[in-house]
Parts: sequence; C-alpha cells; structure tokens
Amino acid sequence: MNFPNHKGKMVPVPSTSIIPERDLGKIPVLEARHLGVDFGGLTAVDEFDITVGRTEIAGLIGPNGAGKTTVFNLLTKVYQPTRGTILLDTRDTAGMNTVQVSQAGIARTFQNIRLFKSLSVLDNVLIGLHNTMKYPLGSALLRLPSYWKQEKQAREKALELLSIFEMQDVADTPAGSLPYGAQRRLEIVRALGTSPKLLLLDEPAAGMNPSETYELMENILKIRDTFQIAIMLIEHDMNLVMGICEGIAVLNYGRIIAKGTAEEVRENPVVVEAYLGKKKEG
Amino acid sequence: MKKTIRIPMPVRYLINFALLAVLLLTGNFLVNIVDRYYAKVLMLIGINIILAVSLNIATGYLGQLPLGHAGFMSVGAYTCSIFVIRASFLTNYIGEAATFWLGLLLAGIVSALFGVIIGIPALRLRGDYLAIITLGFGEIIRVILLNIDSLLGFEFTYGASGLKNIPKNTTFLNVFVLVALTCALVHTMMKSRHGRAVLSIRENEIAAEACGIKTTYYKTLAFSVSAFFAGIAGGLYAGYLGILNPNTFGFMKSIEILVMVVLGGMGSMLGSVISATVLTVLPEALRGFSDYRMVTYSLLLIIVMIFKPTGLMGAYDFSLSRLLEKGINVMGGKKPVKKGDGAK
Repeated sequence: MNFPNHKGKMVPVPSTSIIPERDLGKIPVLEARHLGVDFGGLTAVDEFDITVGRTEIAGLIGPNGAGKTTVFNLLTKVYQPTRGTILLDTRDTAGMNTVQVSQAGIARTFQNIRLFKSLSVLDNVLIGLHNTMKYPLGSALLRLPSYWKQEKQAREKALELLSIFEMQDVADTPAGSLPYGAQRRLEIVRALGTSPKLLLLDEPAAGMNPSETYELMENILKIRDTFQIAIMLIEHDMNLVMGICEGIAVLNYGRIIAKGTAEEVRENPVVVEAYLGKKKEG
Repeated sequence: MKKTIRIPMPVRYLINFALLAVLLLTGNFLVNIVDRYYAKVLMLIGINIILAVSLNIATGYLGQLPLGHAGFMSVGAYTCSIFVIRASFLTNYIGEAATFWLGLLLAGIVSALFGVIIGIPALRLRGDYLAIITLGFGEIIRVILLNIDSLLGFEFTYGASGLKNIPKNTTFLNVFVLVALTCALVHTMMKSRHGRAVLSIRENEIAAEACGIKTTYYKTLAFSVSAFFAGIAGGLYAGYLGILNPNTFGFMKSIEILVMVVLGGMGSMLGSVISATVLTVLPEALRGFSDYRMVTYSLLLIIVMIFKPTGLMGAYDFSLSRLLEKGINVMGGKKPVKKGDGAK
C-alpha cells in the first residue's frame, strides 16, 4: 500500500516542527507550545510542541499509554492544560471550554465510538450541524419560515456530507445498528458537520480490515482536499500512518521523542527503541 | 431509496387539525351528555397527560431522573390560584376565563423559573444524585407551603389548612386546548435543533459537547420547559379541585407521574399520553372492586415492566401522517382506519 504523490515536501518552521511546503506563508492551523498536564502527581503530557500546517495531515503515534489521547483531550479542552499554550489559527484557546473550542474550529472523533446510538444517522449529522443553524427556540416552537429554511439547508448539507462515505442511503437507520466501520465513518461525518479547521481522528482505522483501511486512507485524503482542512490522527496502523501522514510526532511517556517525515521517524533509533525495546548489548 | 408517497407538510397539518377538531367536538359533546363524574375523570386525564408529557421531557428526552415534579406542579397550582383570587378585580375587565388563562401562563412562568433555579445546581449531578436532590426540592416546597401562611403580613397560602375557595375555572375545553398545545409545542421543540441538542445529551454528553452543544444550557432549558408545563398542569389542577392542600403534592404524586412516563415508555409522547390515560381511568374503573383496586394497579405495573421493560411504546412516537403514508404505500391507495391522536 502506498500513496506516493499525496505527501507534500516538508520544510522546517521556527518551532522545531515541520510543515508541508505548500502551507508555508499561511498561518499554521495549530500551534501548541510547552503543553503539559498533571493529574495529581502524575505528569501525563509534558513539553508537547507541535505546529500543524493549514492543510497538513499530521500523525501522532506512540506506544500504548504514551498520552496520545490525552493530547487530543487537551486540544479539545476535555482536560484543561496545566501548562503551555494552544494557538488555534493564532487565537489563544486559554480559558475556552470544549464547546468554544469546537466552535473555534476543532472537531474530533473518539477512540471508543461515541455516537448518538438510538438516533438516526441523519440526526447524528444534524447534531453536528447544530451551530450552523441559528434559529431561536421560538421559531422552532411556532415553525416560522426561518425554521423551515434552515432545517432544509441543514438536511441537504447533512446528506451531502454523508455522501462522502456513500452513507446517504442509511440516513434513516439508527446509528447504533450500523456496522462497526460505518459507525467510525459516521463519527467523521458528524465531526465534519461542525465545519472544522482541524479534524482530530482518534484511531480511525481501529478494527478495520486492510481493504477498509485502504478506503479510509483515500477518504481522509479526499476530505483534506475537498474541505482544505488540516487533519491530525492517532493511529496504530503503520500502513495508514506511513502512507498518508506528512509530519509525524512520536510520543512516549507523555513527551515527544521524535518528529519528522515518515522516513525520518521510521529510521529513528529512539522510536524503534520506544516500540520494541533496547537491543541487548553484546 | 424506495419511491414512496409522502404527504406534503400543509396536508399533514390539516389532517392533524381536523383530527383535533373531531376529538374536541366529540369530547365536548360527551361532557355535556354524560354524568358530571365522567366529565371530571376526563379532565383529570387531560391534566395527567400534561404532567406525564412534561416529565417525559426531563426523563425520556434529557435522560435524567427528577423526582420533584409534584413540586413544580404545586408551585404552578399555588401561583395560579393566588393570582386568580387576588386579581379578581381583573375579571371585571377581561372576564373570568381570561384571568384564569393569565393565571395559568403565570403559573407556567413561575414554575419554569423554579426549574432554572433548581436545575442549575441539580443538573451538575446525574442519575441517583439528581433524583435525590430533586426529591429534596419537592419536599422543601411542600414543607414551606405547609408552614408559611403569610409573607410580609400578606396572607396567601394559608399553610396547612389549605387554600380554599379557588374559583373552579377548569373546564373540558381549556384542559383539551392545553393538552393539545402542550403536545404540539413539545413535539415542535423536539423536532428542532434545540430538541436534537437535548437528545444528544441523553445519548452521549461528551460527544454532544464535542459537537459544540452547550450542554448546561440545554439541560437547564429542558428542565425548565418540563417545569413550565408541570406548572400549567398544577394551575389546571387547582382550578379543577377548588381547594389546595400542600400534602397533595407529596413525594407519592411525583412517583405517580414518573410511573406514567416509565410505563408509557421513556421518550415516547404517545406512550405518556396512553399510560396517563390508562393509569387515570384504571383506579376509577376498579372502584367496584375496591378491595383489589390497588393490587390490580400494582400487578399491571409489574406485568408491563416484566414483559415490556422499555414501556408500552418503547421510544416509538406516533405520527398519523406516517401511518397514513404507510397505509397508502402498502395497500395501494386504500386508506386505513384512523386511530389514535395525531398532534396529541
């Protein structure tokens, strides 16, 4: 499996990170500086620095328990960081909560799928589109024209988003009765509904077979190209990470131990050690 | 997608309104010919439907378990009664019925305010903790009403002796209109972005927040809308009984309403309507077998919960138009027999 021509040429930026050359001169979508969080005495993430280019597909990898999901939870303010700053589009997100961050442009999916299971597929996407509709409660109760108009637009938008994954035919089925892979795809569609600038995918390929994963990779690229957004993903499937991620950060014990392109990361002895352990001397 | 016949929106409304009109006329006709006793039962059914449908917002749609619904009901009942008694001068200008309607609106608003005040601290908790805090609230209201009879030298609730001589303004007509309004408004709310936001909190709060939904706001909103309609039901109840005693609104009343919702199926408005009807009629119908009345009532609950734990209707919601569409599509144009109630 390889996606040879999809990766941009990577160039260093002033912040110890690299971004694709095509994103140079554009404001990076995300800049995290010295990010850290303590839970009681435990430092889960420390000195996390990353710069994500406007249309970059970035990868975050690392052994189990390295703190990858914690980083996502920090970026989306599920946890408030103890230290450090997060600049989203140069806007400091300090003091924001999950909802405000979502409105500012970060959307995410979850490692353990969190769909609105007993609601229909369409309703799930419509909930993602919640903030694109503006009508107040009053016009909903009285069904004023603004209700009809915005609901119709949202419905069309939802079906359009579902068509990325060719899911418009299952729009009326309950989300919980979809097959596993489709549930993961629906989570991505729902996240896209919030019209994000940065999409965080937490193990999007978990539980998928190779052909499903291949399809997912194509779709991730398609999403990036159509919506012109940045995507950051956590994944254990190295075919996917090495295949589509442009910049990769490797996390171990809450700290970044390596950063670079797929080739650089693959060759890095520190990374190999983190995954496989130290070679015995002699 | 399958090609099916869809009934266009204006026609759906027309069908629902026609059905409502038919129900209203038959109801009104029945009330005038039958015994006063049956008319009273009919009104009680209506009041209980409003209570069950309103509690269903907090229980079925929001997924919380408040046990203080009778508290909101009593706030509404007292507000409406005191308003109607104190503002009797208004009747000279706008008439008795309009004063009562104004009182009902006020009852709803005051209850909704209480809903916000209780909701903000209570909704930080969930599950059994929320149940207990709302239970406590209900009891606080009852005890306050029981012990306070004057405020700032202003006689108003008459404490334990109860509030008497409330004008009996509740009629079949205003109960019916309010039942229809309640169901219609709750329905339109739930089919909007606001309703979906409430449902998403029930389904998965973390995901809801990640979708940009202000969960605290929508929890409080659902809670206060629930309290609003409970207040209106309380006002109707006061105008129905003509006398209020704080002990009417005890813990058991809250449980009674909750049983209606659970039996009907959480999250199903049709379920609430049906079970409120059944559970109001049943004790009355069983008056003949007074010895076995409560036994039968409890047995029914046990049996339903064993064989249909999700409640009579589950989460199914009824749409007459959908049923008609189905009928038309299945039978090729032949309309099925109308049953149930559309907008209700």
